[in-house]
Amino acid sequence: MQPIRKTRRTLLKLGAGISSLAAFSAAGLLRVGEVVAAQWNKGGFESKAVDDALKSLGVSNMIDSRDIVITAPDIAENGAVVPIAVASKVPNTQSISIIAEKNPFPLAATFDIAGSDPYVSTRVKMGQTSNVRAIVKADGKYYTAVKEVKVTVGGCG
Amino acid sequence: MAEPMKIRATLQGDIADVRILIAHPMETGQRRDASGKIVPLHFIQNITVTHNGKMVMDGQWSQAIARNPFLGLRVKGAKAGDKIVVTWTDNMGDKRTDEATVTAS
Repeated sequence: MQPIRKTRRTLLKLGAGISSLAAFSAAGLLRVGEVVAAQWNKGGFESKAVDDALKSLGVSNMIDSRDIVITAPDIAENGAVVPIAVASKVPNTQSISIIAEKNPFPLAATFDIAGSDPYVSTRVKMGQTSNVRAIVKADGKYYTAVKEVKVTVGGCG
Repeated sequence: MAEPMKIRATLQGDIADVRILIAHPMETGQRRDASGKIVPLHFIQNITVTHNGKMVMDGQWSQAIARNPFLGLRVKGAKAGDKIVVTWTDNMGDKRTDEATVTAS
């Protein structure tokens, strides 16, 4: 029995350590005055289904919002370079994520926003015509908007 | 090693319009080279932007971001002469930091 108990103790300790770390970063305490890059969301970026990617972001209940504006071309001739900009007017926007729903790995990027305007612009690769979904986290709630982008030549090959 | 980033930060009112252009292949791990071999996954995972030492944006990327990535953002409460520092890290451990000062438009 002894060795088993020991393992259990170690596991409990480990668990406590992880949860306190999570609490710290959630409270933003790790951010004060220093630059600590968020840990890369491996599970989310490696998930092949949109639902799994959403789960990795902690999204359970999304609210459709007109306060999120996605600027992207209606038709992208070259899927290798699709300019996408997301602007959020949702108060207290904390992060913006971009999902290209039919990409092999749908989650393209997540941007945590601290002192900048809730706006981000970048260029994404898209394998085929699909919806581009923006997820905005604000005050612990999730808001979303969708725009379809038609892709003439895919950019994942 | 990686080539320097191009960073431009111009003031519009009290908002600095920051544009960053990075030289990086952003390989998806699905493309094949001329000899038919798969080009290994190679992409930027983390990118951080600071304004006078304070983090303003912390991005996590997948391989779906286009080659030679572009990132545009707007930093609030900026003044001419403020320092913008951008750092990226890729999945092979390569990293690069460059800085720019905010200029009046």
